[in-house]
Amino acid sequence: MKLNGSQMICESLIREGVDVIFGLPGGAILPLYQTLPEYPKLRHILVRHEQGAAHAADGYARVSGKPGVAWATSGPGATNLVTGIATAQMDSIPIVVIVGQVSRASIGSDAFQETDTTGITLPVTKHNYLVMSASEIPQIIKEAFYIANTGRPGPVLIDIPKDVQTEIAEFKYPSEIDLPGYKPTLEGNGAQIKRAAKLIKESQRPVILAGHGAIFSNAYDEIRELAEKAQIPVITTLLGISSFPEDHVLSVGMPGMHGMAYASLAIEEADLLIALGMRFDDRITGKPSAFSVNSKKIHVDIDPSEIGKNIKVDVPIVGDLKRVLAKLNLEVDPNTHVEWIQHIEELKRDHPSMNIRATEKLLPQYIINQISEATEGKAIVVTGVGQHQMWAAQHYVYTEPRSFVTSGGSGAMGYEVPGAMGAQVADPGRVVWSIAGDGGFQMTMAELATLVENKIPVKFAIINNQCLGMVRQWQEFFYDKDYVATMYTNNPDFVKLAEAFGMLGLRVSDKTQVRSAIEEAISYEGPALIDFMVEEEENVFPMIPAGQTVQDMIEENQPEKVR
Amino acid sequence: MNSKIPDTASKRTITALVQDKPGVLNRVASMFRRRGFNIESLAVGKSEESDLSRMTFVVDGDDRTVEQVTKHLHKLIDVIKVSDISDQNIVSRELALIRVKVNIQTRAEVMQVVGLFRANIIDVAPDSLIVEVVGDEDKIDSLHELLKEFGVVEVMRTGTIALNRGLEAAKKESRKSKHRNWGEAASV
Repeated sequence: MKLNGSQMICESLIREGVDVIFGLPGGAILPLYQTLPEYPKLRHILVRHEQGAAHAADGYARVSGKPGVAWATSGPGATNLVTGIATAQMDSIPIVVIVGQVSRASIGSDAFQETDTTGITLPVTKHNYLVMSASEIPQIIKEAFYIANTGRPGPVLIDIPKDVQTEIAEFKYPSEIDLPGYKPTLEGNGAQIKRAAKLIKESQRPVILAGHGAIFSNAYDEIRELAEKAQIPVITTLLGISSFPEDHVLSVGMPGMHGMAYASLAIEEADLLIALGMRFDDRITGKPSAFSVNSKKIHVDIDPSEIGKNIKVDVPIVGDLKRVLAKLNLEVDPNTHVEWIQHIEELKRDHPSMNIRATEKLLPQYIINQISEATEGKAIVVTGVGQHQMWAAQHYVYTEPRSFVTSGGSGAMGYEVPGAMGAQVADPGRVVWSIAGDGGFQMTMAELATLVENKIPVKFAIINNQCLGMVRQWQEFFYDKDYVATMYTNNPDFVKLAEAFGMLGLRVSDKTQVRSAIEEAISYEGPALIDFMVEEEENVFPMIPAGQTVQDMIEENQPEKVR
Repeated sequence: MNSKIPDTASKRTITALVQDKPGVLNRVASMFRRRGFNIESLAVGKSEESDLSRMTFVVDGDDRTVEQVTKHLHKLIDVIKVSDISDQNIVSRELALIRVKVNIQTRAEVMQVVGLFRANIIDVAPDSLIVEVVGDEDKIDSLHELLKEFGVVEVMRTGTIALNRGLEAAKKESRKSKHRNWGEAASV
């Protein structure tokens, strides 16, 4: 059938199972927008800033496991998307981004709202396309979704000139993909899997270190089977959180810069590290040359370039984690590791990093603990970046997969508002809590209008310490309390702000009101916001300063250890 | 270009079969820049198939760096095949054009040197010559060194291109050969 380019885009998206698009119109994408009413299956959510569209598509993808879709116009529309695209790239999130471009004849002429979008996004996408003919649209969209959501997932951008959106061509959606340069390795090598099983058998002190790949691969059951069969404690990285239930007896929390002391110590003392779908990020390893030096290492990852990139490993297995573990679990013998597990219990007792100190003051950790209890660990928690993010990682007890949504690699403040929007759209049935910082929240709070407009009932807990808390903490520790440009002296009244947007707004500055405010927000049917006026100079502990080792860990306020 | 090169750095030759599409060279160059890998030389041209190009890289680095280069090249969607052929039986060639100053006294001597290297003189002017030389990098370096004595005005080099010797190797390098199974690598 003959269609114009815009119709082809919509037809192709429907065939890829897309049901929602986050976007904002402009000149170069208008033909596509004007075609949307013909396709009521495609729900469009009009954001207030394109960064919000990209983060929302990202949050949607993290919760649903399906590629998220965002689109915007050329020039500033495209550049506003870039932070969101880079965030998706760093955390391997499948999103497909469609951007309008000036007409073909104008490309290269510095036309109004022209920018080299494919050039700008080349280093922050898994792949990108500039479409120079409407006839290419179906094939390119098919490829884009395939590339975004297979292998190591990632963002794919499609730049489509305005006159390509109106050009008429024959539409036939391809059933096949021919990408000779893209064939992800899915099945792990059998011999390597046998070697891994042998190492596990010989090991006295093994730990599993599960990362984001565990979630992409939906390998929850397999990880649990491996852990239970051979009695191996499970540590999850920041992005691996919720790949293993934290109320499980073998769960040992998160390691690294702000991880639990016992998790970092367990990695340090282990004789075997089973790294599953993670990439030995510097926030985990600290000083790579001193990281878990006495352990052998098994590394399973779908991306061969991650193996040997940061840490030398003994048994590399390239493949899809779920499939690799299904084979590995058949080879692994049951075991008990009684002494080792007892030792880890002692570590937990001797290093109670997660105890919340008894005080009348309003502590952020207590708020998160109360949200965790009120939602029985079953909410989806979305965060921004900084202290509140670390407390949300530490003090919420995650029991269900895909329930912790955070910008890990990129560390994009402002993720908490649009990211939560995407998460809620992906799963309208679950309670979504956005644990927000007062800094990041102000970067993207315009999207509150989008939430109210579209009846997306996200609950916000602003951990309001009236400063850029994590930066302030670094200044306290490493710059002699020289607080340069981290203190907000005139934050807006977030309660009035919520009301202005048409949301429920509550303020809590007293510990005794925390639980009732949380319950009230949950029972309110629309989006709600609680402004928690917390202890301002509270720090995140434990802390392993950047580039240092477990021996340098500051477990609690120990001024002598802080340089 | 960067400071990542350790003392044990050595020159390695890597070839890549890539889709002949707009922007592919940009993707490859951008990856090298972003990851801080050092390109000594890069040559690109058409291959035996109309829709594919072949690139030859000479890169500086230790084994770990070169392994990362090949893996990251391979990760690019438009790159079909990557081979580190440094340790294989290969022929490698580069072409250089060298403009040398001459006068009545030195012209004959320059021509003699050029003859020894089986190079050609492809342009003659009253006060200069252009020498065309083909060979491996060392040969071109040597000739360049010798000609400096007379005064080298300009040098233009293509960068090394390389192929494996023998037909078996050629089959391995074609697009139809089995896709690399990363799982088989024993010590990556």
